[in-house]
Amino acid sequence: MKTVIDAHNISKVYNRKTIPVYAVNNVHLHLERGEFTALVGPSGSGKTTLLNLIGGLDKPDEGNIFINGVDITNLSSNELINFRLRNIGFVFQSFNLIPVLTAKENVEFIMQLQKMNKRDRGERVDKLFKEIGLEDKLNERPSKLSGGQQQRVAVARALASKPQFVLADEPTANLDSIAASNLLDIMVRLNKEENITFLFSTHDQRVIDRARRVITLVDGKIISDSANVATNTMHPTN
Amino acid sequence: MWRNRNRTIITMASIFFAVILSVATSSLRQGVFENLIKNVVSFYTGYMQVHKQGYQEEQILDNSFEESVETEHKILQEKNVSGVTPRLESFVLASTENITKGCLLVGINPEKENEITVLKDKIIQGEYLKSDDNAVLLSMGLAEKLKLKVNDTLVLIGQGYHGSIAAGKYRVIGIARFGSPELNDKVIFMPLTLAQEFFSASGMITSYILSLHHTKNLEPTATTVAAELGNNFEVLTWGDLVPDIKQHIETDTNNAKYVQGVLYMLICFGIFGTSLMMMVERKFEMGMLVAIGMTKIKLMILFAIESIFTVLAGCLLGIIASIPLVYYFNRHPIKIGGDTAETYQRFGFEPIFPTSVDASNFIRQGVIVVIIGLILSLYPMYKAMRVNPVSAMKK
Ligand SMILES: Nc1ncnc2c1ncn2[C@@H]1O[C@H](COP(=O)(O)OP(=O)(O)OP(=O)(O)O)[C@@H](O)[C@H]1O
Ligand SMILES: [Mg+2]
Repeated sequence: MKTVIDAHNISKVYNRKTIPVYAVNNVHLHLERGEFTALVGPSGSGKTTLLNLIGGLDKPDEGNIFINGVDITNLSSNELINFRLRNIGFVFQSFNLIPVLTAKENVEFIMQLQKMNKRDRGERVDKLFKEIGLEDKLNERPSKLSGGQQQRVAVARALASKPQFVLADEPTANLDSIAASNLLDIMVRLNKEENITFLFSTHDQRVIDRARRVITLVDGKIISDSANVATNTMHPTN
Repeated sequence: MWRNRNRTIITMASIFFAVILSVATSSLRQGVFENLIKNVVSFYTGYMQVHKQGYQEEQILDNSFEESVETEHKILQEKNVSGVTPRLESFVLASTENITKGCLLVGINPEKENEITVLKDKIIQGEYLKSDDNAVLLSMGLAEKLKLKVNDTLVLIGQGYHGSIAAGKYRVIGIARFGSPELNDKVIFMPLTLAQEFFSASGMITSYILSLHHTKNLEPTATTVAAELGNNFEVLTWGDLVPDIKQHIETDTNNAKYVQGVLYMLICFGIFGTSLMMMVERKFEMGMLVAIGMTKIKLMILFAIESIFTVLAGCLLGIIASIPLVYYFNRHPIKIGGDTAETYQRFGFEPIFPTSVDASNFIRQGVIVVIIGLILSLYPMYKAMRVNPVSAMKK
C-alpha cells in the first residue's frame, strides 16, 4: 500500500483575534492509494475546510500535510498551484465547468495546462468520456447538460490530469437521487477498475453507504474513522 | 479560446458607445467652431490681414496705404501665405428714395477676392462683380432693408480720403448672402478701382487679406510677415481682428473641456461598472481555474488578451459606427432656435451646429477611449493576481 495523504495534527482557526473558531482542530489523517473514503459530519463541522487544506487551496495554521511524501505546507503559492495541477483532481459542489467551453474543451483544458500534446489529449478525452458515459455530449456546452452530466464531466476533468487522488466536496449536493447514484456508480467503478483514490465529503446517507471508509467530523475533530462493513463485503479491497 | 459571447458583447458595447459618445460630442464642438470660423473669419476677415501701422486702432481712410506689387511680393515671401487680395473699406451711407442706412463699403479685386473668400458662391441673385463694372454687390440683409432688387440703383454718400466728400450712384448687380448675420446686414462690395475713385483715394487700400496654406499655427506666420514688411505695417490674425469671437471660442473651448472631462468620467464609470459586473460573474470561474491548477500569471495574460481584443474591437466598431452619424450631422446640422439662436446671431454666426468630419478627431477620441479601456482592464488583472480560490468559490 502506498500512502498518498498523510496529515499530521493540522488545525485551521478562523477569527483568531475575536472569537476563535477551530474549523479544523488537530486532525490526523492517513489515506492509502485506492481508498474510497467519505468525510461526513454536520454542517459547519469543518469538512470543506479540511478538504481545502488537503487540496492545498488553503494553508493550515498548525501541522503538516504530506502528499505523496511532499510537504505541501512548505510550498509557495505558485508551487502549490503547479502541485495541484499535477497531483490533485478536484470536483466541486458547483461551478466546476467553464460555461463558454464545451464539455470536451473543459476536460482538455487541464491537459493543455499540463502541456500534454494534442494526440494524447484526444485519446484521453475519448477514454474519459467513455468512462463517464457521455461520448455523445463531447461538444455540448455545460448549459446544455443536466446537473448530473455536468458533475460527471467534472469527474472526467478531475481525472484528466492523472492526479494522485480526487477530492470532491459534496459532489452530489445539487443532484437528484438518480443522478447522484449514477455519479457514485461512476466513481465506484473508477475506484475499482482504475484504482483511483477518492476522498469526498457528503451529507447524503445513500452516498455514505457506498463509501468503504467513513470519517466523521464534529467541530473540527475526527470523532470516528471506521471501515464501512456493508460496503467492504460488497467491494473487497484489491 | 475564451468565447463568452455575452460578456464580450457587453464589454464591447460599453466601449462602443463610449467611442460614439465622445466622437459625437467632440466632433460637434469642433464642427461648431470650424463653422464659426468659416462663417466669420474665412469668409470675411480672412485668417490674417496687413494694414498700415495704426489702422486697427483708428479705422479711417487716412490710415490707408498704397497698393503695391512690391508689398504683395514681400508678403508672399512667407511660404505659408497662399494668396493676397487688397481691400479698401470705409463706412458710408446708402440711400434709396426714402430709406438711408449706414453700411460698410468694401472695394475689392473681384477675382482675387473670390479666390480667398469665395464670394462668388454667396451670390443668390444677379451676378458677381467684374473689375470694370460700375456696379455694387449688396449683402442680402441690407438689400432687404433698403428694399432693393438686382438692377435697382442706390446712392452712396461718405467721407473720402483727406476729408473730401464722396458720393455716387450705382446699379445693384447682385445680392450675396452671408452666414454671419452681422455681415449680412451691412456690407456692400464694389470693384477696387471704383471704390478708390469714389473715395478719391486713387491707388490706396486699407488692407491686404491673406489666405494661408495651414491655418493652425498663425502666430509664427504673422511674425515672419511682419518682419518682412517692417514697422510701417501691422499684421493681425483673426483673433486680433475679431477678438470677441476668439474670446467666445476660448471660453466655449474651456467649458467644452469640462463637459468632455465629465463625459470621460462617465465613460470610465460605464466601462468600470461593466467590468465590475463581469468580475462578480467570473469570481467563481477564476477561483475554480486557480484551484485546478491555472497559474495567476496565465489568468492575467488571458484577461489581458481578452481586454485588448474587446477594447480594440469595440473601439473600432465605435469609430466605424460614428462615421455615418457624424457625416449625417455634418450634412444636416442641428439647428437651434429661440434665445440661444439669438445670442449666437449676436455673436455673428449662424445658429447651426454641424459636426466636424476631421479624421484626426475620430482617431483621437478612439485612442483616448482605448487608453481608458486598457487602464480600466488592469483592474480585472489585478483581481486575477489576488484571487483566492477558497473565498472566490464561496457562495
Ligand atoms: N472564511 C471563514 N471565516 C470564518 N469562519 C469560517 C470561514 N470558513 C469557514 N468558517 C467556519 O469554519 C467552520 C467550518 O466550516 P466548513 O465550511 O468547513 O464546514 P462544512 O463541514 O463544510 O459545512 P457544510 O456542511 O455546511 O458545508 C464553520 O463554523 C464556519 O463557520
Ligand atoms: Mg462544506
